[in-house]
Amino acid sequence: MTLPVLLFFIFAGVAVGGALALILAREPIHSALALVLVMVSLAVIYLLLGAAFIAAVQIIVYAGAIMVLFVFVIMLLNAGEEQRTQRSRMARWIGVPLAVFLTADLAWWVARGVKVVPAAAAVSATEAFSTRDFSLYLFRAYLFPFEITSILILIALLGAVVLARRDS
Amino acid sequence: MNGVPISYYLALSGILFGLGVVAFVFKRNIITILMSIELMLNAVNLAFVAFSRALGQFDGLIFVLFVIVVAAAEAVVGLAIVLQVARNRRSLNIEDVDQMKS
Amino acid sequence: MEFVSQHPILVVSVVKIVVLLFVTLTTLAYLTWFERKVIAHIQSRLGPFYTGPHGLLQPLADGLKFMFKEDLTRPGSDRFVYILAPILSFSLAITALALIPFGPGTIRIFGQETSLAIAPVNLGLLFLFAVTSVEVYGVALAGWSSNSKYSLLGGLRSSAQMISYEVALTLSVVGVLLMAGSFDFNSIIGSQSGRWLGFVPRWNVFPQIVGFLCYFTAAIAETNRAPFDLAEAESELVAGFHTEYSSFKFAMFFMAEYASMIVVSCLAAILFFGGWLSPLPHSWAWQLYIPSAILVLGGLGVIVDGLWKLRGVARLVFPVLGLVMIAAGALCTRPGVIGVVQGPFWFLLKVFLALFFYVWTRSTLPRFRYDQLMDFGWKLLLPVSLANLVITAVVVLVVHP
Repeated sequence: MTLPVLLFFIFAGVAVGGALALILAREPIHSALALVLVMVSLAVIYLLLGAAFIAAVQIIVYAGAIMVLFVFVIMLLNAGEEQRTQRSRMARWIGVPLAVFLTADLAWWVARGVKVVPAAAAVSATEAFSTRDFSLYLFRAYLFPFEITSILILIALLGAVVLARRDS
Repeated sequence: MNGVPISYYLALSGILFGLGVVAFVFKRNIITILMSIELMLNAVNLAFVAFSRALGQFDGLIFVLFVIVVAAAEAVVGLAIVLQVARNRRSLNIEDVDQMKS
Repeated sequence: MEFVSQHPILVVSVVKIVVLLFVTLTTLAYLTWFERKVIAHIQSRLGPFYTGPHGLLQPLADGLKFMFKEDLTRPGSDRFVYILAPILSFSLAITALALIPFGPGTIRIFGQETSLAIAPVNLGLLFLFAVTSVEVYGVALAGWSSNSKYSLLGGLRSSAQMISYEVALTLSVVGVLLMAGSFDFNSIIGSQSGRWLGFVPRWNVFPQIVGFLCYFTAAIAETNRAPFDLAEAESELVAGFHTEYSSFKFAMFFMAEYASMIVVSCLAAILFFGGWLSPLPHSWAWQLYIPSAILVLGGLGVIVDGLWKLRGVARLVFPVLGLVMIAAGALCTRPGVIGVVQGPFWFLLKVFLALFFYVWTRSTLPRFRYDQLMDFGWKLLLPVSLANLVITAVVVLVVHP
C-alpha cells in the first residue's frame, strides 16, 4: 500500500462519507456542509491525478462560491428539517435496496467497461498538467466556447436578479 | 506500483454519481435536490479528469472548467427560482409544488 | 534517531510546522497588545500599562480570562455547526501561513536541506486564494447556528461583505501575476529583484500602485477590520456574528481575525514589496549587519528601561531580556547565521509595517455604513481592479511580447 494509494482511499472514503451524509442528514445545512466536504476531498483527488490548477479552481469556485450561495439561500429561507414524505412508505422498503444496487452497478460498469484506456493503467501522483499549457490550449483551441460561457454567466446573472426580485 | 489505477478513480466517480441519483430521488427539500445535482456534476468532473490524465490530453480538463462554470450559472438561476417558489408556496417541500399535475 | 534518518522529510516538516505555529500564536497574542498600545498612543493615552511592565503581560491576562469564562451554549443552537464555525475560521486562517516563504534558498535542519516555507508549491498564490475563499463559511455558519436574530443578520452581512471584496482582491493581484508570469511565490519575489536607475528596487508596488491600493483596501474589507468592520463593531448589531459565543470559542474567532490580518500582510509584502529582498543595494555590504544592530540596540534600550524606570520584578527581568537580545544580536553576526537571517528579517520588517498600517487605519478612519460598503466594493473597487488588469495586460503585451 504505497502513499498515493493510501491517500486515494482516505479521500475517496471521505468523499463517499460526505455523499452519504448528504443523503442521510435531516437538516439542509448539514447536507450543504457534507457537499462542501465532498468537493474539498475531490479537489485533493484531482491533486492526486496531477491536475493542480483544476483542484484550486474547484475549491475557489465550487466550494468557495457556489456552495456559499447554497448556504446563504438555506439561511435566508430558514430551511428547517426535512419532512417525512406524505406519499407511500413502501418506497423506502423497495427503494433502498434498489439504490444500493444502482450505485454498485454504476461503479462496476464505469470502472471496467471502458475500452478507451486499459483500466489497470496506473497513474502516479505527479503534476502532469502545467497551467501554462492548459491556458494556451484553452485560449487557442477553445476560445469560442470560453467567450460563449462568459455570455452565459451574464445571462444567468441577469436572470437571477430578475427572478429573485420581490414584486413591489 | 507507485500509482493508482484509473479504474479506482472511475469507480469512485460511479459511486458518487449513484449516490447523487439516490439523493435526487429520495429527498424532499428543493434545495437538497439542487445540491444532489451538483454532486452528480462533481462525479462527472472526476471522470473527466481521470480520463484526461489517462489519455494525456488537456481536453478533459477544459471540459471540467466549462462544467464548473455552467454548474455555477445553473445553481444561481435554480436558487433564484427556489426563492420565488418559497415565497409563493410558503414551503420548501417538493410535494407541495405539484400544481401542474393533472 | 533512526526514525529521523529514515523519514527526514516528515520530521523536518513537523519541526517547521511546530516552530511556525509557536511563532504565529505568540505573534497573535502580542499583536493584540501592539494594537492596543498603538491606538492608545494615537489617542494620546497610554493603553495597557499595569499588567506587567508596559502592559506586556496583558495578552497573557486576556488568555487566562478567555479560558476561565463560562462557556455558554445558546439553547436551540445547532450544536455541530456551532462548534464547527470557530474551528473552521481559525484553522483556515492558520493554514494559509503554510504556503508563505519566509526567506530565500534552503537551510539545513537535521541534515536535510529544506526551504523556508512549509509547503513551497508551484501554484502557491492560487492555493492561498483557495484557502481564503473558504473562510466565508466560518462567518456564515457562526451567524446561522447561534439561533439569534442579531447573529444571523451580522453573519449574513459579514459574509456578503467578504464574498464581495474577494473578487476585487483576486483581480487586483492578477496584475502582479501578469508581470511575474508565475503563481509560485519564489518566482514572484525573484521577478522583483534588481534595480531601476541603480537604486530604486524593482518592487511591484511602483508599477502596480493602483493594484496595491485596491489589494490592501479589499484585504482590510475581507478580514472584517476597520473601517469595514460594521458587522462586528461594538456599537452596531451588538457584536455581529460572534454575539452568542463566549470564552474559548470567541477567542478562536478573535485569533482567526488577527491570523488573517497576518496572512494578508505577508501576501502584500510578497506580492508588492519584494518579500524577503532587501531594499538596499547589494554593494552596500554593511547592510548584512542591520539585523544584529537592531537586536543589540533594542537590547540596550530594554536594559536601560529596566534599570531606570521600572520597579519590582521587572527590574530583574528586563535587563536579563536585554542581555538575551544582545546575545542574539551577536549571534547574528556569525558567518553561518548571518546569511540565513537576512531574508526573514526584511520580510518580517515589511509584514510588521503592513500590520502597523492596519492598526493605524483602525484608529483613524470612521466606519463605513453597510450600503456605502457594498457600493464601494462593487461600484468602485471592482471596476478599478478590472481597469488595472486590462492596462497591465496591454502594457505587458506591448513591452514583452
